[in-house]
Amino acid sequence: MSLSLDGIGLVHPNGQRALQRVTLAAAGGERVAIIGPSGAGKTTLLRVAAASLRPSEGRLQALAVNPWQLSARALRRLRARIGVVHQAPPIPPRLRVVTAVLAGRLGAWSAGKALASLLYPADIAGAREVLARLDLADRLFERCDRLSGGQLQRVGIARVLYQGPELLLADEPVSALDPALADAAVGQLIAQSEASGATLVASLHAVDLALKWFPRIGGMREGVVMFDVPAREVTRAMLHELYATEGAVLPTQGNDPSALAPLQTLAQVVPIARPGCR
Amino acid sequence: MTPADISPADRARAAGPCLTCVVVTLALVAAVIASFAYLRIDYRALFATESLRLMAKFIAEFFPPDLSAPFVAKVAWGALQTLAVSALGTLLAVVAGGVLALPASGRFGTAPRQAARFGLNLLRSVPELVWAALMVLAAGLGPFAGALALALHTTGVLGRLFAEALENAPRDPERALEAAGSGAVAAFAYGSLPLVFPQCVAYALYRWEMNIRMAAVLGFVGAGGLGQLLYFHLSIFQQAQAATVLLAMFVLVFIVDSFSSRFRRGLAPAYA
Amino acid sequence: MKTPTLAAPERDPQARRRATGVLLGVLVLWPMLQLAEFRPAALFESGNLKVMGGFLSAFLPPASSVEFLGLLLKATLETLAMATAGIALAFVIATPLALAMTHSLSVSRIGPGPGRWRGEAFRHGARLLLTLLRAVPELVWALLFVRALGLGPAAGVLALAITYGGMLGKVYAEILESSDTRPGRALLEAGSGRIAALAYGLLPGAAQELASYTVYRWECAVRASVVMGFVGAGGLGQLMDQSMKMLNGGEASTILLTFLLLVLLADALSAALRRLLA
Repeated sequence: MSLSLDGIGLVHPNGQRALQRVTLAAAGGERVAIIGPSGAGKTTLLRVAAASLRPSEGRLQALAVNPWQLSARALRRLRARIGVVHQAPPIPPRLRVVTAVLAGRLGAWSAGKALASLLYPADIAGAREVLARLDLADRLFERCDRLSGGQLQRVGIARVLYQGPELLLADEPVSALDPALADAAVGQLIAQSEASGATLVASLHAVDLALKWFPRIGGMREGVVMFDVPAREVTRAMLHELYATEGAVLPTQGNDPSALAPLQTLAQVVPIARPGCR
Repeated sequence: MTPADISPADRARAAGPCLTCVVVTLALVAAVIASFAYLRIDYRALFATESLRLMAKFIAEFFPPDLSAPFVAKVAWGALQTLAVSALGTLLAVVAGGVLALPASGRFGTAPRQAARFGLNLLRSVPELVWAALMVLAAGLGPFAGALALALHTTGVLGRLFAEALENAPRDPERALEAAGSGAVAAFAYGSLPLVFPQCVAYALYRWEMNIRMAAVLGFVGAGGLGQLLYFHLSIFQQAQAATVLLAMFVLVFIVDSFSSRFRRGLAPAYA
Repeated sequence: MKTPTLAAPERDPQARRRATGVLLGVLVLWPMLQLAEFRPAALFESGNLKVMGGFLSAFLPPASSVEFLGLLLKATLETLAMATAGIALAFVIATPLALAMTHSLSVSRIGPGPGRWRGEAFRHGARLLLTLLRAVPELVWALLFVRALGLGPAAGVLALAITYGGMLGKVYAEILESSDTRPGRALLEAGSGRIAALAYGLLPGAAQELASYTVYRWECAVRASVVMGFVGAGGLGQLMDQSMKMLNGGEASTILLTFLLLVLLADALSAALRRLLA
């Protein structure tokens, strides 16, 4: 198991409960999309999976170890094998794109090499190759504060692609991209997973993107996993129940309801796993 | 509110200035008068014809300033030495202040933060000239003492400014890098340093400018440069030479002033 | 996304500029170190170590004989008196110059009316005079006045008056211009005299800031008075200079301690006064 969350719960210091009895497992090379309304706890889930946030309850295994029982050095090495794409990339504005991308491998580089790379980038070709996959190769030497929001988000993705992790966690990685670019970017994440055998868990707000690219969909709402099924078994009814709080129109990347047309409307499905029905 | 509602006390209070203001103003005036009285400056002697005449004679001896080539060369050398002292002192302070800013910004805990801040405040509170007098004892007469004095004082100033900049910078980029397995040094260099870099460069350049002025006068206690020249020539009553040195000081400050605003306005380029 | 078309890896465009900068820095560094007679070994030379060591070891216990403390008290009062008298004189010098320089009190600018160029020239003249007063550091003035008038606080008071007069004047004019100038201007337009316009129009709004800056300058003057004592202008500075020339560490440490306390006190007093004014 590349990632295993078993009964994970998390309560914030201010008393607010973010996750409740979340159980999710992904084998090596699997690709899972997590969908759900805002505030469902998708980001928190990914942060727990990335060993950035310590769960209050439950058992966590990332890349077959419990991160919170490791020594500091071993934890650091583990984190270098896990890549996180943030929704808003935390990149200092004055950094150039090339340096921001190369920062992906800081976990593998020594301090000396890292500092030297600040003066002269250590692997320009590598950075260029990764940026080319996201159509940003021509922005290699520009400052990040000269980029648009969507371009910056793609730089964040490029950084993780350059890192080449075994477990790739993406938190709404394409929220600032227009439909065509978003589709292509998700495609690149999938390609990376296929090429390197990495496990990919991505939270997405747009349901059509999730259904198009991911063979397995998990639905979260209010800190609870409502369903965890293969993509072809997702019905319109399940989605409407999931997004009940967000109104009758399901969120799609292109705001085009017909994008969800292929969904089954009849319930020829496995019963939804509801909490309390277990 | 009709006039009948206002009590006499309120009316009295509204009519004149507040009591505290009056008391404070009187206290200040009293303090000023007391100061002049305490100093017991003999005004009559100061402004008597005889002393005015002596003063005029003293001023007249400054003109014309000694502009002979060898002496001007000597003064120019002194000016360069002053510049070098200020540059070295500021450079040392940037390094030391940068190092001390890390604990002072709270990155290693509360106790190191208090200790570092205390140390920086101590360095800052002692004026450069006092440091220079101390450094002359430690390192001997000459410009090195001046550079050390500037370094010590400026470390206190820059260390505190750097620490505040670090504290105000968001920690997200650095934390994100650490969460991706980066070591602490690399995470700092890629995550937090780019955020504070332009501001710290601006502070350092501003302090260098002020240190040039300071370096010129540190020579009064033996720390080399234009100050030492001025002190020397004044103590052997060579007013004409002193005038040249004063002129050089003026020119130096003028040049620095003209360049500083232009230089500082040019934004620092990309960080890395 | 385009399929990546890799050109040969480019060089970092910033590389040349950075290399030049580093080269220039190195070229300048060596002469600078020579000029400043950079010799860290000097700190550890036996002669210097002995002197410094002896001096520092005498720091404790700090001198506390009654006779010395009496001298100390006198010197402290002298420093305080020097600072206060100096600021008072500086105020007397600064005020008329500031009023002459500020264009919030300029009648000829309204319109603009007659005498505009004359007024402009007059203001430039006042500004130039203030700049000249500020140009020479107060320590240099102090040295000159000590040579002219002999040792003692008179030199310090005059030095402060001149330089701080220049500083106060410039800042007073700026404060008068940056606060709300409309009441003053309205009075000038109604034909009132400049003093009346100042008193009734500008001062009510600007008085607090003016007073606050003056108190701040007083605090700086206390520090400067100690420093000027080193060139013979009396007070704590002269006492400390004497003690250090005699390598009397005990006295020097007491004076240093007193100085730090004095600065702390002045800081607290100034903060309290400024809070009172707010």
